[in-house]
Amino acid sequence: MRNFLRFIIQHHFTFLFIILELIAFILVVSYNQDQRNIYLSSSSKLAGGLFQSFSNVEQYFSLKEVNRELSNDNAFLRSQIPTTFKNSKDYFLLTGDSANPHQYKYRSCKVISNTVGKHFNYITLNKGALDGIKPDMGVLSGRGVVGIVINCSDNFCTVLSILNPRLKISAKLKESDFFGSVSWDTESTLYAILDEIPEHANVNIGDQVITSGFSATFPEGILIGTVEEVAHPEGDSFYKIKVKLSVDFSRLSYVEVVENIYQEQQKQIEEDTKQ
Amino acid sequence: MISVIPRYLFNFVFFVLLQVLILNKIEFSGYLNPYLYVLFMLTLPFETPGWLLLLLAAVLGLSVDMFLNTMGMHMAASILLAFIRPFVLARIAPRDNYETGTLPLPSYYGFPWFLKYAAILVFIHHFFYFFIESFSIINFMGILLKTIGSTVFTMVVMMVTLLFTYQKKRRI
Repeated sequence: MRNFLRFIIQHHFTFLFIILELIAFILVVSYNQDQRNIYLSSSSKLAGGLFQSFSNVEQYFSLKEVNRELSNDNAFLRSQIPTTFKNSKDYFLLTGDSANPHQYKYRSCKVISNTVGKHFNYITLNKGALDGIKPDMGVLSGRGVVGIVINCSDNFCTVLSILNPRLKISAKLKESDFFGSVSWDTESTLYAILDEIPEHANVNIGDQVITSGFSATFPEGILIGTVEEVAHPEGDSFYKIKVKLSVDFSRLSYVEVVENIYQEQQKQIEEDTKQ
Repeated sequence: MISVIPRYLFNFVFFVLLQVLILNKIEFSGYLNPYLYVLFMLTLPFETPGWLLLLLAAVLGLSVDMFLNTMGMHMAASILLAFIRPFVLARIAPRDNYETGTLPLPSYYGFPWFLKYAAILVFIHHFFYFFIESFSIINFMGILLKTIGSTVFTMVVMMVTLLFTYQKKRRI
């Protein structure tokens, strides 16, 4: 401190000069219109540029929060659309009428572990049994189907991703309503195979492949992907359709777990019928 | 030292009034604005402490500014002049340095010395002033031209003033 004071006293001439010039400068820009305009416009250019680049960086740090909020919003909005209400009446349905019982519940989750390069790929989410997640629930992202929950601990759950040959999802073509099943052929993380579409079906490249809603796991009409290539193996009465998956599994961050409240009921009655 | 205060006080008022009442009415083709008030700063004794130089320059510039409605511009230029003055004086000191009791005036050190001393400081002052006036370096040549023209004009007016005021007094 003493050294600092000595330094200031030693250079008092320069310091006084700087202080007085600063005062003069402040006077100039606060009392003279022209100089004020130049000062303000140039400083706003400078400060604006600085703030812009700073906020660009800052935005990056808040992306996580933003993603979480968006994902929550998505879950909320999905629970508001008509398909989540149990449509038991065959006459018209008032959209968003909360008197209709919900059939699907959505929970937003964060992906905390994910593989795409293996033969059997699994995803781990940050919610588990304590959050109401149970095996056999479907998992969606904003772009489409991700997989199915297979295992739950108290706070985490593992998901069988589409990129796992053990998973078969009941799907249909949006245009023609022919249904089949989607599974992964382990070749590319971008494509899956849609099987069991009969050969008399009319399949066009670019057709959307959506969930059929038969399996009681996913609501009907969730996008899985688009038709990329149609093959017709010799002696087979089914098409083998290559589907470009709509979800990019290599950059999955927030997903929604969908719960079908009537899943148990549907399974029960199906079991009973078989016996 | 105390005895010079009334004279400089008079000088101060005189130069400010001369500047704002007469000289500022002169303006040839927009390039020639004599700012004679800096002569007050130039004639201050050699022994004037630095902080006093700066404060006097600030007050002088501010008083001129108040009358000319150019808040802060003359002040900034005068402070710069006051800051540079000691360095210039040291640079152009005669071989046997400045004698005590003398003032930086042509009557003590001759016209060539004073011309050099005054021209450097007036040029810096004017340049800085015109720079602040336009507040950008886009029209740099214009600023330079204005500075050179006004410096010459100020120097002429300054020499005339010195011939009429200081020379006789110093003879005594």
